[in-house]
Amino acid sequence: MANIKKLHVNGTSYAIDADPQTSLLAVLREQLDLTGSKYGCGEGQCGACTVLIDGKARRSCVTSIGSVASRRILTIEGLERKGRLHPVQEAFLAEGAMQCAYCASGMILSAVALLEANRNPSEPEISKAMEGNICRCGIYPRIVAAIRRAAQGPQESRR
Amino acid sequence: MTQDSNVPVSVEPERYEFRAASAHYFELQRRDFFKFLGAGILVACVLKDAPASQESGARAPQFGESLPKEISAWLHIGESGVVTVYTGKVEIGQNIRTSLSQAVAEELRVPLDAIRLIMGDTQLTPFDMGTFGSRTTPTMNLQLRKASAAARDILVGLAAQKWNVDRQRLTASAGRITDPETKRTVKYAALIRGQRLTETIPAEDPLVPASQWTVEGQSVPKVDGREFVTGRHRYPSDQALPGMLYGKVLRPPSFGATLVSVELPPAYAMKGVTVVQDGDFIGVAAASEDLGSRALASIHAKWNEQRQPSSKGLFDYLKDNPVELKGFEGASSFEAGSVDAGMASADHRLQRSYTVSYIAHAPLEPRAALAQWSGNSLTVWTGTQRPFAVRTELAQAFRIPEDRVRVLMPDMGSGYGGKHTGECAVEAARLARAANQPVKVVWTREEEFTWAYFRPAGVIDMRGGVRGDGAITAWDFVNYNSGAAGIRTFYDIPNQRIVFQPTRYPLRQGSYRGLAATANHFARESFMDELAHAVKMDPLEFRLRNLKNDRLRAVFQAAAKKFGWGNSKAGSDRGVGIAGGFEKGGNVATCAEVAVDRSSGAVQIARVVTAFECGAVVNPDQLLNQVQGANVMGLGGALFEAVEFDNGRILNPRFSQYRVPRFSDVPPIDVVLLDRKDLPSAGAGETPLLGLAPAIGNAIFDATGTRLRSLPMVPYGLKSD
Repeated sequence: MANIKKLHVNGTSYAIDADPQTSLLAVLREQLDLTGSKYGCGEGQCGACTVLIDGKARRSCVTSIGSVASRRILTIEGLERKGRLHPVQEAFLAEGAMQCAYCASGMILSAVALLEANRNPSEPEISKAMEGNICRCGIYPRIVAAIRRAAQGPQESRR
Repeated sequence: MTQDSNVPVSVEPERYEFRAASAHYFELQRRDFFKFLGAGILVACVLKDAPASQESGARAPQFGESLPKEISAWLHIGESGVVTVYTGKVEIGQNIRTSLSQAVAEELRVPLDAIRLIMGDTQLTPFDMGTFGSRTTPTMNLQLRKASAAARDILVGLAAQKWNVDRQRLTASAGRITDPETKRTVKYAALIRGQRLTETIPAEDPLVPASQWTVEGQSVPKVDGREFVTGRHRYPSDQALPGMLYGKVLRPPSFGATLVSVELPPAYAMKGVTVVQDGDFIGVAAASEDLGSRALASIHAKWNEQRQPSSKGLFDYLKDNPVELKGFEGASSFEAGSVDAGMASADHRLQRSYTVSYIAHAPLEPRAALAQWSGNSLTVWTGTQRPFAVRTELAQAFRIPEDRVRVLMPDMGSGYGGKHTGECAVEAARLARAANQPVKVVWTREEEFTWAYFRPAGVIDMRGGVRGDGAITAWDFVNYNSGAAGIRTFYDIPNQRIVFQPTRYPLRQGSYRGLAATANHFARESFMDELAHAVKMDPLEFRLRNLKNDRLRAVFQAAAKKFGWGNSKAGSDRGVGIAGGFEKGGNVATCAEVAVDRSSGAVQIARVVTAFECGAVVNPDQLLNQVQGANVMGLGGALFEAVEFDNGRILNPRFSQYRVPRFSDVPPIDVVLLDRKDLPSAGAGETPLLGLAPAIGNAIFDATGTRLRSLPMVPYGLKSD
């Protein structure tokens, strides 16, 4: 199979040059300098590399570029629109859902996909949907709170 | 054991937390500094107290001219009013970039957004031993407050001179000096214009007391949070340079293996690949990660492997292999009274053994480094808790003076005590030297799980005696290998023998969040529970019966109150437990309730309450964040995390094989923060983790009558235990 030459990311069509077996994560980071998607495990087990492909959360480290060449890819860099943060990003800030934040882009994109599918998930539903994302700093309760906040729309900060 | 706040806290020289100071230092003249930064006010904070100078500034850069050597931090206010603070401490997720900014804002009276922190850059920041031991808040926070107060004094003096008035009547706030009598006001920036003032300050200047704080003590959000939720922040593994190559290193198949022969021609034949063999070091650098991986895979090597210990039989191995070491790594012991006499006078005597497994830090961002040579000078961006120690490692590895090496530490994807070393930096630099191009090395998850270092496994043997009235008469505690942190008991026991015995150990081991305090608290607080049951006393009452320390009593009582300790049990398949302790200036107590499914053997943590007190709270929400996170991370080591290894190979070096806490593992965690504004602030990154494992073990005993004495307690549920 010929090399993949084009990729549609964050609303822009990029010229790339990659063997179809190359991981999407490697292409995003190395060829497009989109480093918001992180390497954490290389086996789709930690969620740090999560991107949205046609609106669905996917692990870019185990997604070959050949399988997504004609798809719409959204990374964390494309979530902000005209300087306005997505409600999930706002909610992570409002809930202080960060320590080292290395997991944050994957968490946020997984949460965006969850809320697309379920507008008002319960806490057990959030846990279940987010189970594949690891936060080693252990701030899961804050992430759950952030997703609940994003689901409920803007409100007073708890601080 | 005293907990008087005036007693200096020494930095614990645990393994990996100690390295000799370096032999070379860069020189920066004062005029160079202003050339670099522009005109303004420069305040350098000079250390006087011994424990702090052990940590920061002990070998500060030679600052030339009149500036002294023992500098821990400096602060510059430029003509634009921007405040730039230089500290060797680093941000690894504990959110000190925020709390240190608060310290400066508090004393200098400037808005938070006027403050910029340069952290962990060996060329720009003063020497610092490293970011560990929960030391940033008790030392650097205080030093920056002092430097900021001094800068404010200079500004007040400039304004008094300008207006020819008594400085006493002037006030500073929001980046301005105001004369309340004339209502005149002037911005800091206007006062600074054209000035080149320097001041060095001792550590004795008066400070704003915690009771009058306006910025410290507040829940300031992570200062650059937006950079993180947008993916813009560049972690060490995200760094890039034009022409950069991706490096890979050939690893032996097992620990201790030595290279016999290697076949490199296939790799040499690959276009765009640089191959390096230097002794046992073999690596490649290529234009992409993929090409690098393929080149590495093409290399076939023969290794001479040696028989190595395995996790099966580990605890016997540790006890059978004591070693005599000198100095900070050596054995330590504490004795009071006579343990034999104390045992003789007891009504109940117990002898127990506890164990802890090796566990991995598994920071979500693995080790990463980008190295660039310019002639004989080396610059490395890398994720480390000890940039200055990594500089030393690099200088030694390449036999170049330290002033030719610059290490920068972009805020990284956590460490938990696991990134004190510079392996990856050395590897990247070696490959970059050969390739004559910048090279980035990012360890794979398997490499991180195998070639980093682990929290030491250990065995703790205990004996104790207690009278029928609940008074503990004897306490004999011997820790093999896991370490001496938090080893002393805080209970009032007349007869004690407490020993740390180093042993040979099979895996590379080093510091971990809380160090050995986790193991020592697990053993101590489980044993306390066993003693309480021996005399049929309530475990909380039993602890308080033997505890005088007011701060620790307060957290036990606060946790118990919030938890509803002493209320009737919810059912026969449920149990409650309590445990606590103090370490690194913080006091913690945790209550846990567990639910046990007797047919499946599953153990579920139903809820946790942790009370924590670390003096005056600098940032309540970030403190809460640390206490919650520590409890979640602690769940892993308490319940299921363990590194398994066999004959020199790690058997579970992936997240699919090594279980870490995930969303569904987390119970409701209630945190009670006790804010002691009358006490100095201590760090909080480690101590909140200590009470969880024994509290859970004690709760499991309460529910089932089964005492679990090994961490992790239920890797496969209760049944296979």
